Amino acid sequence: MTAEIQSNDTSPSALSKMVKSIGLLRESPIAIFGLSLILFWVILAILAPVLPLYDPNAPLEPFKFPMSEARDGGLYWLGTDHKGRDILSRVIFGAQQVLIWATTATVVAYIVGMLMGVIAGYLGGWYDEVISFISNVLLSFPVIVLYIIIITYLGATGFNIVLAVTFASAPGIMRIVRGLVLDLRTRDYIFAAQTRGESSMYIMLVELLPNARGPLIVDACLRLGYTTITIAMLGYLGLGLPPPDPDWGKMIAETQPLGSFAGHMAVVPAAAISSLVLGFNLLADGLREISMKD
Amino acid sequence: MLILAFRRFLSMALIMVIVSFTLFAIFESDKLAVAGKVLGPYSSTEQRELWLENNGYNEPFLERYVTWVGNALTGDFGYSIQYKSPVSEVLWPRLANTAILAGLYMAFMIPLSLTLGVIAGMKEGSLQDRVVSVGSVLTTSVPEFASATFFSAIFVFWLGWLPGTSAMTSGFSWAEIFLPVFVLVVYGFGYTARMTRASMAEVMTSHYIRTAVLKGIPYRRVIMRHALRNALIAPFTVIILQLNWLLSGVIVVEVFFAYKGFGKLLLDGALFGDIYVIEACTLVAVFVAVFSQFISDIGYTLLNPRIRFT
Repeated sequence: MTAEIQSNDTSPSALSKMVKSIGLLRESPIAIFGLSLILFWVILAILAPVLPLYDPNAPLEPFKFPMSEARDGGLYWLGTDHKGRDILSRVIFGAQQVLIWATTATVVAYIVGMLMGVIAGYLGGWYDEVISFISNVLLSFPVIVLYIIIITYLGATGFNIVLAVTFASAPGIMRIVRGLVLDLRTRDYIFAAQTRGESSMYIMLVELLPNARGPLIVDACLRLGYTTITIAMLGYLGLGLPPPDPDWGKMIAETQPLGSFAGHMAVVPAAAISSLVLGFNLLADGLREISMKD
Repeated sequence: MLILAFRRFLSMALIMVIVSFTLFAIFESDKLAVAGKVLGPYSSTEQRELWLENNGYNEPFLERYVTWVGNALTGDFGYSIQYKSPVSEVLWPRLANTAILAGLYMAFMIPLSLTLGVIAGMKEGSLQDRVVSVGSVLTTSVPEFASATFFSAIFVFWLGWLPGTSAMTSGFSWAEIFLPVFVLVVYGFGYTARMTRASMAEVMTSHYIRTAVLKGIPYRRVIMRHALRNALIAPFTVIILQLNWLLSGVIVVEVFFAYKGFGKLLLDGALFGDIYVIEACTLVAVFVAVFSQFISDIGYTLLNPRIRFT
């Protein structure tokens, strides 16, 4: 999201500002720890195709415990599942899926939510009435019901998951952005822009949104974590991406009944989800702490 | 207050109509597939059409919707294809089971999170504050299906203290309900605790607390008599509004522990395409969501003397 907003101005001063804000992270060990957790999974996900891993969907030897030796002389670091698939490889390829879809869904929800919020907050009047009403209807709706209905009827594809997350998160984002914009629109630089004769579009996208980014970045981090939970939860409930590609939630659902004799099969993906979400939440927490200091 | 109640009621009715109509319309385009699920994968299209005809699904769309709405208003939610019985017979016992689950969750979560939040917020930046803050981030980062996996690995499979499923086949059992409630509390308490902490920390910096301390009132009494009342307004609304997203946790926990509750009914109904079950469950969920918002608004005005509806 940061890149999204800052790509508007690529002047050297913006670049140096970005470097400086990354340097700010050093003030908060919590933020650094969170960021390292996220980077850990991002790097693994990017390197997945070149790492020496078994094929995540190949049936090898079922029910191997962690650190047991493979038939071909290799090692099953985290064991294999009930279908004999290498769990380490499935967790890493699953990270790819989760990261791609959680990021896409959050970014799309943010674009929709920010546009709605900035229009409602800046233009006001009927725009505000209509957008706020739609948001309130969606907000008073239990999120999970929205997910279940959208996905059971439209099918479990990546696109529909993005759609469902957008429906569920955009109203909340809209509310935050609207509140921020209502405050910002009374600032002098907005009046200056209006006097210059800038179009409403320019004021909304170039003047208002970039200046509202502080609280939005923190919120985006939290939402990334929450979307990760959502996507894994949908996978767990059988509403996730279609098989056979590994999906953390589905890995838990498939192997949970077999926990009595091979608990590692469900514990490993559960730990993976938790650590990634923890990363997002700690980063958000650290960023909030830093922003409160100045 | 009455105007507020009326507006909320009106918007709830509007949402319910929009939602139930949309669901009906979606089902309309999908009903052959549902007939296929009832009659099995090898049934012919003619058989499926016949089934739809015999069960009244081929009546004009609007007419069916209006009839259903009329019946629903009198408490008759139609007939479940999956359970082969009236929806209300399935719905109410399931709802009662979930109410037990949610009630126990609230009974443990509220005292726990309020206490922790107040302890942390009393002294911002202190050790107890750090512990509670970091602890609550940690627990809210572990979604229910993950913590359920961890806790069953420990308490069910390793120590063998608790049963792994909570189907309650031989009546209500405390041992079976323990883990579902525990999992919900561990995930859910952090949010309220953080809200309470923030609210308490804000109150503690206010002038009247400083005055009370400077007057020489014992610290304990300042907290109990002066700070708590104002600090607990915000958490109250948060707790009530939690009902809305508690439903996602409830569904996950009910599926994980095979607990026969409302959430599982909704999920199974949606996966099967059991239209009347979905309709009834969605209406109940929307009702709970809107009603809890209303309660939270009212409670907020009652607790906070600075806000009054004129």
